[in-house]
Amino acid sequence: MLSWLVKRLLMLVPVFLAVSVVIFSILHFIPGDPIDNLLKIGSSPEARAEVEARYGLDKPLPVQYGIWLGNVLTGDLGTAIVARRPVADLIAQALPHSLRLGGLALLFSTVVGVTLGVVAALLRDRWPDRAIMGGVLLGSTMPSFWLGLILILIFSVSLGWFPVSGARGWESLVLPVLTIGLGGTALVARITRVSMIEASGRDFVMLLHAKGLSPLRIQLRHVLRHALIPVVTILALRIGWILGGAVTVEVVFARPGLGTLLIKSLSQHDYPVVQACLLMLAMAVILGTLLGDILQALMDPRVRAALS
Amino acid sequence: MTALLKLDDISVSIGNLGLLDRISLSVGRGQVVGLVGESGSGKSLTAMAAIGLLPLIGGRVTKGTVRFDGQDMAAMTETQRRKLRGARIGFVTQNPMTALDPVQRIGEQVDVVSRLHLGLSRADARARTLDLLTRLRIPEAGAVVDAWPHQLSGGMKQRIVIAMALAGDPDLIIADEPTTALDVTVQAQIIQILGSLVRERGVALLLITHDMGVVAQVCDRVAVLYAGRLAEEGPVGPIFAAPAHPYTAALIGCIPQDGMAKGSLTGIPGAVPSAAAFPAGCRFHPRCPRASDLCRNTPPMIVHRTAGQVACHHPGEAE
Amino acid sequence: MIAPLRALRRPQGAVAGLWLILVICAALFAPLLTPYAYDIQNLPNAYQPASAQHWLGTDEFGRDLLTRLIYGARTSLSVSATAISISVFCGMVLGASAAWFGGWLDRIVTMTVDLTWSFPEILIALILVAIIGPGTTGVMIAISVAYLAQFTRLTRAQIMTLKGETFIEAARSLGAGNAHLLFRHLLPNALAPVLVSAMLATGDAIILEATLGFFGLGAQPPVPSWGGMMSAGSALVFKAPWVIIFPGLAVAITVVAINLYGDALIAELDIRSRLRREA
Repeated sequence: MLSWLVKRLLMLVPVFLAVSVVIFSILHFIPGDPIDNLLKIGSSPEARAEVEARYGLDKPLPVQYGIWLGNVLTGDLGTAIVARRPVADLIAQALPHSLRLGGLALLFSTVVGVTLGVVAALLRDRWPDRAIMGGVLLGSTMPSFWLGLILILIFSVSLGWFPVSGARGWESLVLPVLTIGLGGTALVARITRVSMIEASGRDFVMLLHAKGLSPLRIQLRHVLRHALIPVVTILALRIGWILGGAVTVEVVFARPGLGTLLIKSLSQHDYPVVQACLLMLAMAVILGTLLGDILQALMDPRVRAALS
Repeated sequence: MTALLKLDDISVSIGNLGLLDRISLSVGRGQVVGLVGESGSGKSLTAMAAIGLLPLIGGRVTKGTVRFDGQDMAAMTETQRRKLRGARIGFVTQNPMTALDPVQRIGEQVDVVSRLHLGLSRADARARTLDLLTRLRIPEAGAVVDAWPHQLSGGMKQRIVIAMALAGDPDLIIADEPTTALDVTVQAQIIQILGSLVRERGVALLLITHDMGVVAQVCDRVAVLYAGRLAEEGPVGPIFAAPAHPYTAALIGCIPQDGMAKGSLTGIPGAVPSAAAFPAGCRFHPRCPRASDLCRNTPPMIVHRTAGQVACHHPGEAE
Repeated sequence: MIAPLRALRRPQGAVAGLWLILVICAALFAPLLTPYAYDIQNLPNAYQPASAQHWLGTDEFGRDLLTRLIYGARTSLSVSATAISISVFCGMVLGASAAWFGGWLDRIVTMTVDLTWSFPEILIALILVAIIGPGTTGVMIAISVAYLAQFTRLTRAQIMTLKGETFIEAARSLGAGNAHLLFRHLLPNALAPVLVSAMLATGDAIILEATLGFFGLGAQPPVPSWGGMMSAGSALVFKAPWVIIFPGLAVAITVVAINLYGDALIAELDIRSRLRREA
């Protein structure tokens, strides 16, 4: 198990390198020159060359990549061109907000989604199942920014329960978490229901009935335990989706975070910041797949056996 | 004395498809009864009906009654039926490879039966499990209880399933082809262990198999099913000496000998028809050497004889 | 009768199909159906709630919301459907050749697809639009690239399973060439699941298009798109909530309808297991 973990971590190295190359090179295709933002209109070519040299933009691309990667690995993410501050500072400011939002949304989707999925599976084809699956379908088809605005309309404008925007206090988290969480809930509920139903048809479940265990106990202690394995795996893979949801929702609620930072830097062509944001999101996705593998091994002795 | 398990003239359907037709069968206390037929003859369905688990596969008893120890199962509440399962009726499934919960340790899966039905404490249940495993001749029972199912061989798993069936101290064990999925060498062991354990403890056994050799070896009575109907039923001795139904005769004629492929019935050409396409008249007539026009048009009545029953228009005739 | 029509006979398929036909007709015949022009401003008439003249009210420039919604359907549907068509075509070519030829091609395609697959489509699309520039063309390309991984993956899996089937072996032993096998036998058999999942993806693409539009990256004003209308509406959410409510409802209902009709189609074609294998 331990040697597997080491091997699995080593496998992340080429993935990380590939992702870093993609992120680095993609951004050099973005039109619009960030240097323009730094120069006064009508500046001399000499002044321009001087600025380019300062940001290392005059060197060939592979060299730029090497320097950038080396800096990234030592924790130096460069200097933001527009904000003229270390990118690491901007990220350090934004990241906790996004992590808190994403983490709570993940928790919400898991708890509510699994509960709804279990209820739907237990009452399969009866009205609660239909109601839940109908709601779930609706929840997954609403654009998250729209849902966010509608929630603001209802709970902030009409009822005045929560603040419209900002990031002060727990109240400001409720609506954003709900907005991202509802989409995730739909996904989790659907997978939970399907895998519960699939697991119920397995041979060993029949024998559990023959042993005289109560149906509820069979469903909750055995069937659910099996159904959770794919749920957890898929959720871990979808951490990227939750962060993607966070991007739009942060903008809608005007919250600080990686998403707001990314959108702002994209429009300002601020390479170093965009690169850093994408790198953070990519790291989250990669770590998510790792987390999925680890959780699967923890939950299923057969997977553990195959690994060692 | 009332029979322990008595199926009285039962018919079973899944959806609109009639799968079992008027089957009567009984198992007395301490008796070992074989239920024989090829795949598709309705043996497993009969077993499911006997423990009241037909709803799991979407089936139901449409006619007749299933009585356990004199009580009508249909008249019981689901909770009462559940108390029978595991406590008074143990069940051994066909495929041990998929019968155990893959993410629960072996010991816990056996313990739960005696804790639930005998009210034993955790420690007592574990002691009982260890004792059972030892009796089932499982080496290193102490290590096996902490193992995961995927770490055991098929034969070992089937012994665990038998241990679970015995853990609640039942009066009856229903074993649905307990050896089909196992290697030939292990098959004999399992049958022997099962046979001797039920004799030793006075537990009745309904043994479902397609192997007449196994029946001859361990059973007191035998019931032969064909395409959802009873062909013949009675004590093993007389039936093996003089089978009345041609299907029984054919099954006896092809008891697997060493070197034959598993489960093959070389003696009878053709296959059991599917439930959607049961032939008119006697359902065995397309494959029967004695088939007459009567067989092709009229289903045979079940005739009760001194020690058993038979459903054939031309019983016991020489071929 | 062919499956898409049979799906209409199921109750949910009928309701969903009806809505989709309605929206598609609205998009096709927008100029004939709308009483107003989508771009004529009428400032004194701004911020009108729903009335007999303006069934859904007016926006901040006094333009009729229903008119813009109908024209918006044109943009949103055509952009999403075109993008997904491009994506399906490229995905099928990539997936089929990866599965059929195997070797290093398969390895490279699989690795790239696996890598992009775990990234949220919205991020991929955002970056691409930033590179290409905003507007319908940029959005279209961005969406098609964002969904490329999904169709490549699905096609590859279908071809892989089909590859082992006896009828392919038989055709090959009769001397059929690569192209003949691929285009006459393999792709047609893989088509149903890919097309159904393309239809479901069109629903997701409508949401993605709306989201990009919301960030101001989609169709540029005054051409209406559902996302663009909501982008303008988000600033007016207190003053004229209907400006944002109706386009959002149009998106949600249309996507629900696509999903319901897709479900009916999946049931009708009996391909649920073939789709799930790749879920």
